[in-house]
Amino acid sequence: MPLLKGDRFIKDSWIRIDGDADLPFAGDILVPFARLLQNWGEIARHPGLVGVVFPNSERAEALQSFLGRLSLIVLPFPAFTDGRAYSIGRQLRDLGFSGELRAAGNVLPDQLQFMLQVGFDAFEVPDRFPESVWQKAARSMSVSYQPVPGARNVWLARHGAPGGDRDDQDPWFEQPHAG
Amino acid sequence: MYRYDEFDATFVAERVKQFRGQVTRRLAGELAEDEFRPLRLQNGVYLQLHAYMLRIAIPYGELSSKKLRKLAFIARRYDKGFGHFTTRQNIQFNWPELVDVPDILDHLAEVEMHAIQTSGNCIRNVTADHFAGAAADEVADPRPYAEILRQWSSVHPEFSFLPRKFKIAVTGAERDRAAIQTHDIGLHLKKNAAGELGFAVYVGGGQGRTPMVAKKIRDFLPEADLLSYCTAILRVYNLYGRRDNKYKARIKILVMELGEKRFREEVEAEFPRTVHPTAELDSKELERISAYFAPPSFETLPKISGVFEQAKLDNAAFAKWARVNLAPHRVDGYGIVNISLKPAGGIPGDATAEQMRVVADLARRYSFDEVRVSHHQNLVLPHVKRDDVFTIWKVLDANGLATANLGLAGDIIACPGLDYCTLATARSIPVAQAISRRFADLERQHEIGPLKINISGCINACGHHHVGHIGILGLDKKGEEFYQITLGGSSSESASIGTILGPGFAGHEVADAIDTIIKTYLGLRHDGETFLDAYRRLGPKPFKEALYAAPQR
Repeated sequence: MPLLKGDRFIKDSWIRIDGDADLPFAGDILVPFARLLQNWGEIARHPGLVGVVFPNSERAEALQSFLGRLSLIVLPFPAFTDGRAYSIGRQLRDLGFSGELRAAGNVLPDQLQFMLQVGFDAFEVPDRFPESVWQKAARSMSVSYQPVPGARNVWLARHGAPGGDRDDQDPWFEQPHAG
Repeated sequence: MYRYDEFDATFVAERVKQFRGQVTRRLAGELAEDEFRPLRLQNGVYLQLHAYMLRIAIPYGELSSKKLRKLAFIARRYDKGFGHFTTRQNIQFNWPELVDVPDILDHLAEVEMHAIQTSGNCIRNVTADHFAGAAADEVADPRPYAEILRQWSSVHPEFSFLPRKFKIAVTGAERDRAAIQTHDIGLHLKKNAAGELGFAVYVGGGQGRTPMVAKKIRDFLPEADLLSYCTAILRVYNLYGRRDNKYKARIKILVMELGEKRFREEVEAEFPRTVHPTAELDSKELERISAYFAPPSFETLPKISGVFEQAKLDNAAFAKWARVNLAPHRVDGYGIVNISLKPAGGIPGDATAEQMRVVADLARRYSFDEVRVSHHQNLVLPHVKRDDVFTIWKVLDANGLATANLGLAGDIIACPGLDYCTLATARSIPVAQAISRRFADLERQHEIGPLKINISGCINACGHHHVGHIGILGLDKKGEEFYQITLGGSSSESASIGTILGPGFAGHEVADAIDTIIKTYLGLRHDGETFLDAYRRLGPKPFKEALYAAPQR
């Protein structure tokens, strides 16, 4: 399953830790949220980067105290029609999370721009679409009534506020609330 | 009336282009029906029993002559020469081909219209009082707020895959003509003691299989907080609304399961976090939008129009029509003309292309180019000189549009029912037609007085039967259609859900049953007492006895 980031498929170098499998001595680890709660002491001392797979039935605040140590949060979309992770992603960015926010599960090109706009910046995507489909999907709408990255904000533009006159929108950068 | 600027136009044009690509991919088999379904729905395209149906948004029910003429064109070119106005102040066309839909959307974009979010699990077309800007009892005009909500909710990245559909309505008068208490969010625009504008916020009203009157969660929300507060409500709903059962997925169920208090706490906790990064901008934008809704240049006229008064004396049919179809205007010498789309035996809400053209011409000539669609499925000319009303009536009369039954027994709300809809369990239209024929005698309708008969062809309640003074629900029992009758519903400021009277009736018995209910009311009413007031005083008992004790005639 390709990992899409910054308009390209890239190699996913994270080591997934399933269930209660032992942590490796080195490397960047991706652990389930339950494991994070269970073994936080050990995980926090891990020499590599730490990421978490966070189910959409949990509240974003449950991650708040861990955010400083986390470099990756993976939010699964069990079905593309299940929109909870849009709100959780937005909340995590608003809580100040500036690491990689990755969408997993039923991720499809027609929803890519929404995901980018609420703060996702990486995507586990199905094999059947080439990069070019995703690149196009990330730019399907050039304007938005919401203040979102990658689209010209209508209200800002109308009232001549900074950021409203940009024409060089890159959908992959400028998460407005990051960090 | 709001006008698109370059950004609104770009937005709609890009959305059409995007949908055209999706339709092409679907027709080429690159997009599975499961994946296409939510996309087409969010662009207004349903798959019905016989064909695709396209539902076009008419934001807060407001049309210009140009827009209405375009709808007439679409009716003629892509449908069978008519359109159907809905209870969401929209219009739907029942016979377009899927391959034509992107072209229709291009036509709409030319006149600043679209079909965005008229369906699907997203924020639907925002509705408002159809008398907005004209009503004599209005505190403030709800349309600028409805427009800012329309823009804010359009292709909202966070709220495009909600548990279920989401409906918002706004009213700016004490008398609620927008049925706000049966909406997911109902907003009552009002002034506080200091004269500042704000909203009473109602949440969790709705119909369907679990009808509920909304709960008021804020008595006065300052207008500047509108979008942040709505964001908080939507976020709480998006996160915690049920997704395991589509019949329990509306926000009303969440409000019920959490309880009003907990729900309010969740919203209030989320609210400070949702402050729009451009909050200050919202007020600038609101100011910009409000300018479009400045009152038209009304003339200074005497309160009484001699022409109008004389015409009433000379023409009894006109006088009868004016008594119910003309509403008071805020400006002296003007009136609000209601055009009934409920002729005796007709299909509620249907209008032919020719009728749309006629109304468009009247609007341009006599009503500052404005037409409204009401959620009662009628049309409104909001700003008409009383001097012109008789002339207008003659044109309406010549085109089958002057039925004098506004708010009376013949002014029936009905969903399309099993004649068109895949969800329906029974037909609505023939039942509406039978009742309408039964009460065709206008003299009798006027004698009966204000009455709302609402008919739905299934439990989803698109025909608003729960809030009809008399509600009729079509169900299926072992392959036979039968109809349950409820009494005492209302969608006004004193909203209530109707009570089921007893066992249902076969389709051919319904008109008789309604007749019996009406006769019972006429026999028991006090002087000047409306049907609803009489029912509230008497309760269901006498109606039950009349219906079930004696055999039907």
